[in-house]
Amino acid sequence: MAFAQTKDSCLDCHANLPNLLGVSATYSQNIHAQKGLTCAACHGGDANSDDPEKAMSRAAGWKGKIERKQIPELCASCHADAERMKKYNPSLRVDQFQQYKTSVHGMKWAKGDSKVAVCTDCHGAHDLLAPSDPRSRVHPSNIATTCSHCHADADYMKPYGIKTDQFANYEQSVHHDAMVVRGDLSAPTCTTCHGNHGATPPGVANVTAVCANCHVFQAQLFATSPHKDAFATMGLPGCVTCHSNHAIKHPTDEMTGMGPNAVCTNCHTQGDPGATQAEAMYNQLTELATAIAASDELLGKAERQGMEVSQAKLQTAQARDALLKARVTVHAFRDSELKRKTDAGLAVTRQTYAAGEKAMEEWRFRRVGLGLSVVAIALVLVGLGLYIRQLEQR
Amino acid sequence: MASPVYSVRQWLDERFPLEDIRALALKKKVPVHRYSYWYFLGGMTLFLFGVQVLTGALLLLYYRPGADEAFESVQFIMTQVQFGWLIRSVHAWSANLLIFMAFAHLFSVLFLRSYRKPRELTWVSGILLLFLMLGFGFSGYLLPWNTLSYFATKVGTEIPAQIPIVGRPLLLFLRGGEDITGSTLTRMFGLHVAILPAVATLLIGVHLALIQWFGMSVPPGLQAEWQALPPEKRDIRFFPNFVLRELMAWYVALGLLGALAALFPWGLGVKADPFASAPAGIKPEWYFLAMFQTLKLIPAKVLRMDGEMLGILAFGMIGAVALLLPFLDREKPFNTRRWITGLVCVFLGYMLVMTVYGWVAK
Amino acid sequence: MHSASSASTAAPEPRNAPRRRFVNILLGTGLVASAASFLYPILRYLVPPKLPDLGGDAVLAAHVAELKPNTAKMFRFGARPGLLVQTATGEYRAMSATCTHLACTVQYRPDLREIWCACHNGMYDLNGRNISGPPPRPLEVFEVQVRGDDIFVRRKQEA
Repeated sequence: MAFAQTKDSCLDCHANLPNLLGVSATYSQNIHAQKGLTCAACHGGDANSDDPEKAMSRAAGWKGKIERKQIPELCASCHADAERMKKYNPSLRVDQFQQYKTSVHGMKWAKGDSKVAVCTDCHGAHDLLAPSDPRSRVHPSNIATTCSHCHADADYMKPYGIKTDQFANYEQSVHHDAMVVRGDLSAPTCTTCHGNHGATPPGVANVTAVCANCHVFQAQLFATSPHKDAFATMGLPGCVTCHSNHAIKHPTDEMTGMGPNAVCTNCHTQGDPGATQAEAMYNQLTELATAIAASDELLGKAERQGMEVSQAKLQTAQARDALLKARVTVHAFRDSELKRKTDAGLAVTRQTYAAGEKAMEEWRFRRVGLGLSVVAIALVLVGLGLYIRQLEQR
Repeated sequence: MASPVYSVRQWLDERFPLEDIRALALKKKVPVHRYSYWYFLGGMTLFLFGVQVLTGALLLLYYRPGADEAFESVQFIMTQVQFGWLIRSVHAWSANLLIFMAFAHLFSVLFLRSYRKPRELTWVSGILLLFLMLGFGFSGYLLPWNTLSYFATKVGTEIPAQIPIVGRPLLLFLRGGEDITGSTLTRMFGLHVAILPAVATLLIGVHLALIQWFGMSVPPGLQAEWQALPPEKRDIRFFPNFVLRELMAWYVALGLLGALAALFPWGLGVKADPFASAPAGIKPEWYFLAMFQTLKLIPAKVLRMDGEMLGILAFGMIGAVALLLPFLDREKPFNTRRWITGLVCVFLGYMLVMTVYGWVAK
Repeated sequence: MHSASSASTAAPEPRNAPRRRFVNILLGTGLVASAASFLYPILRYLVPPKLPDLGGDAVLAAHVAELKPNTAKMFRFGARPGLLVQTATGEYRAMSATCTHLACTVQYRPDLREIWCACHNGMYDLNGRNISGPPPRPLEVFEVQVRGDDIFVRRKQEA
């Protein structure tokens, strides 16, 4: 584990010591070690000396095991120093500590709480890897797991009185599916909405702004909708009220309307103006979805019977696009807006369905045509047979 | 009475020896015996070839050769052109029927021994025509430029490359380069619509002329019983009696083609993508399956020689034997006929088994 | 097969036996009907259909008059949607309109002079490069050719 340029005498012994006094083999991958920093950079002491007395002397600034409470300031001693960081990576931010101090973790740490997260709890210490490394605890795909080490531990979180079901909920969500199952690293994880160093849950008034960073259209429509003021008056957060904050499941058309799975029923009662709009929107969406399904079925049938319907099948993509846009338009909570989108989609499905009917008609026409020519051929065959016999009887 | 037909006939008669031609035509006779029905197969093959020429010419009105247009033009024919699906499906089905009929005609002539003296050259021209038909099938198959045709051509041109000395130049000639590209398509198109038709027309002309010259053969085994018939019962006139019967057979064939085209239209497939990997279980059309399957089964090395090359050489040998069959049918130093029959039966059985095997194998 | 008699096979007019007439009519009708059933499709086939465009690699995306500077038009490109943009400086750009994130259809934003995906706020520049938001890859860029009044779009040809 020697590094050619810097002598790090600490490792000569500590690489081979057992357990708590030892440093594992993965230390060589540590980003600090790779950049040429010695153990002394954090622990103090003299890394040049092979004599343990000299290397680990208080006179040389040796700190020994670093206490949790001291960690933020220790890390900040470099990472908040712009001049120093410029030497290693000029594009790295240097405000992490400042942000940390505004976070819930930071504020509690300032008051002396030793249970809250400090730098090493998320980033690791000796096993600290660059965030872009997929093995790093703060790589986007691993962040939720890292946060859950504390936040999913009911006993650990008892003194704070907050729920510990966030990770379990997140695991059911569409975002988790995107990140972990489909590998889309742009999908949101804990830090996307809560921040990383300045970790604070967005307040009720701000949640919509956070979701709006990606879901722009929905947020814009919501802002023009009657729900915006209504929710504000009731102190309800936008987005989260219907979609939940962590357990954001894939939305379905059944969420609209006044049916058993609808979210509208949480506030609206049957017959009130909102409920009427909700039901109208549900009907419009299902009408278009059904029309698309019917068109698909007919075209599929025609294709299985050997007819060429590739053109019409391509066109149904337009109808599906319209349905997608209509589902987004739900957030305007006005069925007249929705109707425009579904009408566009229905116009397309009418055409594709007609194409399917035309294909089936052509199929029938071909068989009828075949039947007619077979009859004509049969006539000829009989006629020829008789003619030949007649010819040869003379 | 001056019916229009009569006056036209008069007009022609004053300029051409119509009566002589008529007399000559009426002389042509077809023997009547137990196996007379096999005489229909040759005319049927010719008829199907005629269907190919007609439907092929019609397809030429809309088809565009070229890697970026071929598939789309066939799609256009199948979806936009009125009855394009019919013309194209008939062309594809008739191609398969034609090759089947050519083989049936070959084997019937073989078992009826019509290749004997003096008809050796008729046989030779016929075998050459069979090779041409296979060439038509191979070249035409690439023209729709879909995945199946692309990879079938890839495999199909790799096989002759194994032949020593001529193999590689042959590959470059067939492909128009190292790989299957638009150049290959152009080349196959030229072969399919110009070169092969020209050669085929010539050979068919020769084949028919020879048939007219020598007349129809009676199988040696039936000679005695046929001679025993009274003269007026031995044959029927070609015009009109045999021709009318052939017309019936041709009409049946037309009906069959129409039914196949309407009930089982030929598919479009997916446009060829040279960068995609070959789909699993790719195999050639049925008439190449036996050969293909045989090559797959031959071990890589046979007695220190390359297995595939041996297989190809073996097929070459079979082709040569087929071509020279009339010259191998002799009585001295020993009667080869029984041997020929036996070997051909074995060969036929082998081809059938291999074709079926190739069809069901994954 | 029957053997033929030696009688002549052609006479100028058939004798008027009713049986003979019936056979002739039957045969004649059959021949005409079958000939019609072959000729009808062939004749229809010879008439070219209305659509001249084969939808090959080169597609007629728009006419010059349809677009003004800083506007865009969606068009069909083979199996998927395409976006044809006329930039503020008058150049034409064409690219796939399928977002590389989750396959929504993108649109041109004249206010931003960029291409935007409404689903998750992905942004692309006028060269198709993904510049912001979730999209992981650029949009496939196509070649534009203006011939007279028509704007054609086709896949970029490899050198």
